[in-house]
Amino acid sequence: MICSTGFRTLLRKELLRFWKVGFQTVAAPVVTSALYLLIFSHVLEEHIQVYAAVSYSAFLVPGLAIMSVLQNAFANSSSSLIQSKVTGNIVFVLLAPIGHAELYAAYVLAAVVRGLMVGLALLAIASVWIDLAWAAPHWILVFAVLGAAILGTLGIIAGIWAEKFDELAAFQNFLILPLTFLSGVFYSIHSLPPFWRDLSHYNPVFYMIDGFRYGFLGVSDVSPALSLAVVSGCLLVLAAATLQLLRTGYKLRA
Amino acid sequence: MPAAIEVQSLAKSFGRVRALDAIDLTVDAGEFFGLLGPNGAGKTTLISALAGLVRPDSGTARILGHDVVSDYRQARRLLGVVPQELVFDPFFTVRETLRIQSGYFGLRRNEDWIDALLHHLDLTAKADANMRSLSGGMKRRVLVAQALVHRPPVVVLDEPTAGVDVELRRELWEFIQSLNRDGHTIVLTTHYLEEAQNLCTRIAMLKAGRIVALDSTANLLGRLEAHRLRLKLGAGACLPAGFAGKASREPDGFLSIDLKGVDELAALLTGLREAGAAIEDIELGRPDLERVFVKVMRSA
Ligand SMILES: Nc1ncnc2c1ncn2[C@@H]1O[C@H](COP(=O)(O)OP(=O)(O)OP(=O)(O)O)[C@@H](O)[C@H]1O
Ligand SMILES: [Mg+2]
Repeated sequence: MICSTGFRTLLRKELLRFWKVGFQTVAAPVVTSALYLLIFSHVLEEHIQVYAAVSYSAFLVPGLAIMSVLQNAFANSSSSLIQSKVTGNIVFVLLAPIGHAELYAAYVLAAVVRGLMVGLALLAIASVWIDLAWAAPHWILVFAVLGAAILGTLGIIAGIWAEKFDELAAFQNFLILPLTFLSGVFYSIHSLPPFWRDLSHYNPVFYMIDGFRYGFLGVSDVSPALSLAVVSGCLLVLAAATLQLLRTGYKLRA
Repeated sequence: MPAAIEVQSLAKSFGRVRALDAIDLTVDAGEFFGLLGPNGAGKTTLISALAGLVRPDSGTARILGHDVVSDYRQARRLLGVVPQELVFDPFFTVRETLRIQSGYFGLRRNEDWIDALLHHLDLTAKADANMRSLSGGMKRRVLVAQALVHRPPVVVLDEPTAGVDVELRRELWEFIQSLNRDGHTIVLTTHYLEEAQNLCTRIAMLKAGRIVALDSTANLLGRLEAHRLRLKLGAGACLPAGFAGKASREPDGFLSIDLKGVDELAALLTGLREAGAAIEDIELGRPDLERVFVKVMRSA
């Protein structure tokens, strides 16, 4: 069922949608993150050391990479849905005999692909001047895919819920951005005051970043197995919630 | 064979607005059916309920026996809908749009039928143009093509000719009629009542979410004063009793009377002859659905 022509067509359409404007959806975020990297690593290299024997740049690159993955995954599904809703062409999907699970899977997979493309491009650029240790590459892939799937799912929820572009921006600014910034992209949460450190443990994005970084450095704040459990659980809950929204037609079918 | 469309006590409210008020309607397979009504009558809401775009509050709808909620996949495969709003995806060309829509319906190789649709809808020259670059009437025709990519046995068109020029409107209807001859059930809404009169064999008139008239086009035209008779009587002559109240005098001196049909016309002429009234001039107009529509809406 999940390999049906309907699903594959929707997935291809979603991929084409961002690829046709790839300059804006892939190249631009890569450049932005590369600039962050260039500046932060230069300014802070001498001042911060998070783990022994790990340079700040080597610590920062995975954080920035996974953050780009997450942000672009969210941007892809949420902007696709809100655009289709505002312009009305969402009816073409709604009229078709495409199941809820297929719809969900197509939007999430497209989001994952865009997220990974941006992340991969950023890593390729960073590795030109920063030495990256690839301690456990399978963890890198696992956390990139799961993290992108979670943010892609959140993007679907936001895209369904928001009726206007500024409502989507609110979702992004008041939920997604704080979650990603308060998760240890630029620092280890062990350097935080106890209150904030404890709070970070309730932030699922922290586990995505920590697990992803473990794949590069072989060290992390919590064990990758724990991170995997938290992240997988999170994805399951969000996927179930999204499927329920699609089943009931919330805000998509009047 | 199950009915093409079967709607049972279908109701839908938007806040305080009762858009559909317990609608019952059956459209048989092979019919050419018209759904008429003033703005806001509930036509689009009814169509949206059939298409699964609107979730009814109560009641059921079936397409060729398949419930549009519980058996939505099969119901949607059998249904092609031309939406009223002029919507399109600006990322794609006309051909890409039709390929994608085919894929949504599970069709991978559909080029022959896509080419035929482009030809019938006079879009061949625009096949590789981006949707954004099309005129309104062209976009409307792409919507028609999109609704037909999967050759649905039941086709519902919500104002398909709004904004389409005269020539293409005629071609569009010829194409739709040929689909109907091939066995497709057609349901359409339009505010051009002449179109409905010429095309539809049966018509439902909606007002405020209720069906206020449902009959064959011929019966509607015969039943309700659809024939307008204009006549000029000789000096001193007057209409027979029973007709005088229905007539109105026009600026050119003619009296105009709306007649139910041929029987009533015969009665009037007999009455005039018996009274010895001289008829100077007489004109009988073609039955006109618009007059029927106005009467139905006033009395409902
Ligand atoms: N999504 C919606 N939200 C709120 N009200 C709605 C919605 N859709 C329709 N309505 C209301 O339901 C009623 C019926 O609308 P509908 O679009 O079905 O009319 P219609 O017969 O198609 O009219 P028209 O000829 O103008 O297309 C109207 O009062 C309309 O305002
Ligand atoms: Mg309408």
